[in-house]
Amino acid sequence: MAFDYDKWIRPGKLPHIWCPGCGHGIVMKGLIRAMDTLNLKKEETAVVSGIGCASRLPGYIDCCTLHTAHGRAAAFATGVKMAKPEMNVILVGGDGDGTAIGGNHFIHACRRNINMTYIIMNNYIYGMTGGQFSPCTPTGHKASTTPYGNPDPGFDIAKLAIGAGATFVARGTAFHANQIDKLIAEAIQHKGFSVVEILDDCPTTYGRRNKYKSVIEMMNRLKDVAVPVKAAEKMTAEQLQGKVLTGVLYKDETKPEYTAEYAKVIERAQAAK
Amino acid sequence: MEKKLPKIEIIEKYCKGCHICVEFCPKDVLEMKGFYASVKNLEACISCMQCELRCPDFAIKVITE
Ligand SMILES: Cc1ncc(C[n+]2csc(CCOP(=O)(O)OP(=O)(O)O)c2C)c(N)n1
Ligand code: SF4
Ligand code: SF4
Ligand code: SF4
Ligand SMILES: [Mg+2]
Repeated sequence: MAFDYDKWIRPGKLPHIWCPGCGHGIVMKGLIRAMDTLNLKKEETAVVSGIGCASRLPGYIDCCTLHTAHGRAAAFATGVKMAKPEMNVILVGGDGDGTAIGGNHFIHACRRNINMTYIIMNNYIYGMTGGQFSPCTPTGHKASTTPYGNPDPGFDIAKLAIGAGATFVARGTAFHANQIDKLIAEAIQHKGFSVVEILDDCPTTYGRRNKYKSVIEMMNRLKDVAVPVKAAEKMTAEQLQGKVLTGVLYKDETKPEYTAEYAKVIERAQAAK
Repeated sequence: MEKKLPKIEIIEKYCKGCHICVEFCPKDVLEMKGFYASVKNLEACISCMQCELRCPDFAIKVITE
């Protein structure tokens, strides 16, 4: 049966602003299916973003939402979670928002292991502002600010998150639409800071400049580079050249979670009065 | 037994003509007609839901019973 997305979309908000073939819509649908499967209550769920095309997502979703300042989704979301630890707090945004201006907030949310889920739509570019390179733009690729090729190496968001202390890290792609909701649902259920990176496409400012002829070519690239973690175990280093692992990459259920630890601080402080 | 065909609804006011549903349909059921996606050969549809799942724009619904 057709999935009923309408019950999660604010009335009158479609069509959304994203360009033809932009993967952000595919990710939004995945998030909606995940929230629906988990039976999340709208009044107990907050979707929080910064600024960028990806960060426009909360405007469409019919639950508690916050569209904040560039790079600051994690800071605002932390405020929501600390005030109402019982809420499901989901951060969404782009690679620029999360790893450039918001990089610091990102790593500290990971370090704290606060029970929130961060969905980061990595299209390797600042889409909204016309295609400047981001910390995720691969070496040699073109952006409006690197017309002769980007000299910087790009971040590996998943490794960054694991290194900084996130306790659930997964990766999917906009091509593998069927997997997106499953990864997000597992991330939301995890008690701790969970990060789901979705490799995405921006045909408008990235595809065009990097000689992708169409949205379909960009989708096929996502299909070709992705290797599920299980399949990768049986592959040689040579076979894995240029590939990107997908699925649940890391999970640690032993590390203390921040709101629970903070509750203990409150208890100790009150006992000391 | 005859195969049950779904109803495929394309919401033109949402469709942005990206071709994704057309290209990734495993049975070549859909085509672009002018700017919008359109059903070309419903008989071949296997209700796999791939088109609905992939459409970034909430513009295609595969209605089965
Ligand atoms: C403080 C501040 N600096 C810069 C900007 C301009 N700005 C808006 S969106 C954006 C980058 C967005 O890129 P990303 O997060 O990757 O999202 P995308 O548009 O690619 O989905 C920038 C630099 C801003 N809005 N605010
Ligand atoms: S500019 Fe890029 S990221 Fe922004 S909506 Fe268009 S395709 Fe998507
Ligand atoms: S349901 Fe599957 S077979 Fe039918 S039109 Fe959609 S993608 Fe093609
Ligand atoms: S995938 Fe959606 S937006 Fe793209 S052509 Fe098909 S129906 Fe239209
Ligand atoms: Mg981006």
